[in-house]
Amino acid sequence: MNKVFLLFKHEFIQAIKKPGFIILTLTIPVLALITIGVVDLFSTWFEPDADEITLIGFVDQVGIFEERTDQGFLKLIPYQSKDIAVNALVDGEIDEVIIIPSDIITTASVQRYSMERELETPMGIRYGISNFIVWNLLKDDVPPAIIDNVLTPLEMTVTRLEEDGSVADSQINIGNIIIPGIFAFLLSMALMFGNNSLISGLGEEKESRLIEVLTSSVSVSQMLLGKVLALGAAGLFQVLLWLISAPLILNLASATFGGSLAYIQIPPNFLFFGVIYFILGYLNFAVLAVMVGGIVSTAADGHNLSMLYIMAGYIPLWTFGAFMSFPDSPIWIALSIFPITGPVQTMLIMGVSDIPIWQICTSLGVLVLSILIGQYLSIRIFRTFMLMYGKRPRMKEIFQTLKTS
Amino acid sequence: MTVVEVKNLYKSYADVLAVDDLTFSVEPGEILGLIGPNGAGKSSAIKMILDFMKPDIGTVKIFDQSMNEAFKDRIGYLPEERGLYKRLTAIELILYLASLKGMDRKIAEERANVLLERVGMLENRKKKNKEMSKGMGQLIQFIVTVVHDPDLIILDEPFAGLDPIRTDSIQAIISDLRDQGKSVILSTHQMNKVEELCDKVLMIDKGKTVLYGDIQTSKANFRRHSVRLETEGSWNDIPGIVETKLHNGYVELMLAPEITPQEVLDNLVDQGVIINRFEVSTPSLNEIFLVLAGGNHE
Repeated sequence: MNKVFLLFKHEFIQAIKKPGFIILTLTIPVLALITIGVVDLFSTWFEPDADEITLIGFVDQVGIFEERTDQGFLKLIPYQSKDIAVNALVDGEIDEVIIIPSDIITTASVQRYSMERELETPMGIRYGISNFIVWNLLKDDVPPAIIDNVLTPLEMTVTRLEEDGSVADSQINIGNIIIPGIFAFLLSMALMFGNNSLISGLGEEKESRLIEVLTSSVSVSQMLLGKVLALGAAGLFQVLLWLISAPLILNLASATFGGSLAYIQIPPNFLFFGVIYFILGYLNFAVLAVMVGGIVSTAADGHNLSMLYIMAGYIPLWTFGAFMSFPDSPIWIALSIFPITGPVQTMLIMGVSDIPIWQICTSLGVLVLSILIGQYLSIRIFRTFMLMYGKRPRMKEIFQTLKTS
Repeated sequence: MTVVEVKNLYKSYADVLAVDDLTFSVEPGEILGLIGPNGAGKSSAIKMILDFMKPDIGTVKIFDQSMNEAFKDRIGYLPEERGLYKRLTAIELILYLASLKGMDRKIAEERANVLLERVGMLENRKKKNKEMSKGMGQLIQFIVTVVHDPDLIILDEPFAGLDPIRTDSIQAIISDLRDQGKSVILSTHQMNKVEELCDKVLMIDKGKTVLYGDIQTSKANFRRHSVRLETEGSWNDIPGIVETKLHNGYVELMLAPEITPQEVLDNLVDQGVIINRFEVSTPSLNEIFLVLAGGNHE
């Protein structure tokens, strides 16, 4: 049987049996379920009961506030004076009190009394009181239908146009970015796991000298190829498990988050490019991990050194907020072409806008070139330094190796 | 066919010449003892034989050809410092590494069981490596080295840390391998094992060969002109003895150049001295090692 396949099989089985892999694989869906559960719980706690009416006493110092005293779950009850209203509040007859001052037209301000500890007035109460006041202020001068219209929140539909004025094929909305955002996050996690596993494996084999036993059986290229492919497959397997669990989680999430998830769209070609960028992104990180694994003496050293490019790989996630606000900045084009950030950044861009074909081609080309050069150098570095135990080679030695190779 | 042929090998690291004009060979059915003080260049020589690194100058031929990937299946290598995949069981590790040597799983398992039984480890075959003692792990690694029936076996300190019973088991297996026509390079500091097992010895110091050849011939070359005697009588009147050295339980008689050990024995018999032991002094490899390498490593 082909030795690369034997190495692949062994490494794949060992990778998916590792506690770290199992924990990470379960953590993502479990965290999603916990988040949904927590949001659900908070909604239940803080959403007012439909049957429960909040009684608000009001003192009208203008003398015009008498209509629309039923505002959904709020019922507004008039009181003659502040003292009487406050006494009713203290006696538990009502839940809170507002004082509508005589100069409300100029100040647009009311005083609210409550026995609850609150930083801010809850939204439902704020809108209810506001609607009550606006209605009564306008009722004599504006037709009721217009007042109702004004009080209804404005709905704004945005349509993105191309430079020639035609409607763009892909429209930006929050639903578009959810799948690419989740994918980018999972891709980053899988890349980190693959990188760490590869460095741990190589580090342990160097520390235990098993690397010598292995290279007395297979070539360095075969060994590294088997390991890289196996851990890539383990990463894909992990993402596959997450994707399988996604419909269940999204169903639960739809019930909890409602509206926004209804707009979820998978951008055209997203899955195709997702697979391509996953594989190339993984291979790019793998060649870097092999270089690090070859240079360092222990797995711990390897993890420290690999933080240099792992951190760089997370830049698209760290700058996600800025990206959403300014999606047309040239910074994102640069990040989509830079091989370490390219896969994640490109998938994010695909979520919010059309990505020019030249940008995809350049991004993929640079990534493939980076992998090929990295593979060539990593095998030489690994072969040269794999037998160096106990000390890390100096940069001068590494450059010398690359130069002579 | 010569199994290993090393010619005029040189290797240096920065300013240190680790291997300096090394030449030796190993024939089928031969065990070569590779000895030398720490840092003498033994490991460097082994790594160049295995093609882990390239020599600066010189050639290494395995099975009469330059090293190539196909030969790796015919070689078994036990490195000096050893480790195992901790989460695998003993048999899983053996079968995995045997498969990388191109061995059929069923045959590998049968052979592994035979070897495990020989070293008294059969009942531990399903034990995870992380649960094993250092000695047990070492036995598993030895089995990994020979399970695929290699033609060339390179063992770096195979007895280190083993108890006498397990040392005997390993020694017996190595002898059997030699009898089956396998070639073995045995790198060790245990000189007695080299004397017991090896056909040839190669001693290197500071990368240079200081002793190479058949064990008995090499020892004879270092023979002192003396005899070792255990007796109940007196040897004082025996002619040709220039000096005596008392050791624990015996005396070493240093002989004049013109007299032979046979003449000394005849004189002792003639004088009616009761002889319990009489042997021509032959230095042990350890003594030769100390003579050749000791002076430079004090």
